[in-house]
Amino acid sequence: MTVHDHGDHSHPEHDGHDAHAPVDDLDHYAPESLLMEQALRELLIEQGVFSAEDIQRQIDLTESRTPALGAQIIARAWVDPAFRAALLEDAKPALGGAFALDLANTPELTVLENTAGLHHVVCCTLCSCYPRNILGIPPAWYKSREYRSRVVIEPRSVLKEFGTELPAQREIRVVDSTADMRYLVIPLRPAGTEGWDEERLAALVTRDSMIGVSQALAP
Amino acid sequence: MSGASSLAAGVPVRVRTGEPQTHCRTPHYLRGKRGVVLRALGRYPNPEELAYHKPGMPPLTLYQVEFDAAEVWGERLHEGPYRIVADIFEHWLEPSVQPAVPGHEQGASHDRA
Repeated sequence: MTVHDHGDHSHPEHDGHDAHAPVDDLDHYAPESLLMEQALRELLIEQGVFSAEDIQRQIDLTESRTPALGAQIIARAWVDPAFRAALLEDAKPALGGAFALDLANTPELTVLENTAGLHHVVCCTLCSCYPRNILGIPPAWYKSREYRSRVVIEPRSVLKEFGTELPAQREIRVVDSTADMRYLVIPLRPAGTEGWDEERLAALVTRDSMIGVSQALAP
Repeated sequence: MSGASSLAAGVPVRVRTGEPQTHCRTPHYLRGKRGVVLRALGRYPNPEELAYHKPGMPPLTLYQVEFDAAEVWGERLHEGPYRIVADIFEHWLEPSVQPAVPGHEQGASHDRA
């Protein structure tokens, strides 16, 4: 499933290529790893570990989880203190209830709240652990050696490169998802959004603000 | 390690050192570093066994541990202060003789050197 796991490598709008040019999806992968994936997949199907339909269903499920879903969750947390409290206390049951998400068979999830005094930024120094059950596929930079190695030793510099300059007195907590727990950040609700409804608020919540490398957009 | 499965919030711990020849979820940069338990995250099969198609039983307690950047990086630190939180399995933790994070000294008074 390597190809499906790394679906965000091609950004035609950024690399200057003709948007209608054929996609060369073999570009980034060593032929041996593609063969390995295919061989392993075929063996597992043949052995009855799972079916081709199971794989397709999992891909569909993963692709149904996008930052837009995360943004709705954050917007609800901003306007509904009881939901926010439940989310911070135990995220999966809170989401299963309020958003009817099927989170069974997905990793555990903890939601962290950014405040005026404390900023969380999430990484996975060991690999690419990410709250896929909410946000879907992680961005390529999240999995890069550069981000993974630098954010734990110079978080303020890394945040600045994302355009995020925090007040000097705001404490930073770098959260390294090293094991079975995944982390989702509730960004600070932007000033000037008092009285906004969830839909308007959700438009301010970016993927990167839920990882913690950015803040929510200003209204 | 005995007793590690019941570490309370605020307890000072040290991540064990070592280079096990296995898949493991304890990053090198935190090995040997002192931190403080924030909370227990539940019990999970041992990933060091799961990686080799073993059951990983009995499950181990996973702890959320907070580290001060100065403790982790020492002389290499060039910005800060800030904190690092990582999830560490119980068998990688041992009691620390002194707290590594100022302000998290609960439970440490009896074993301060």
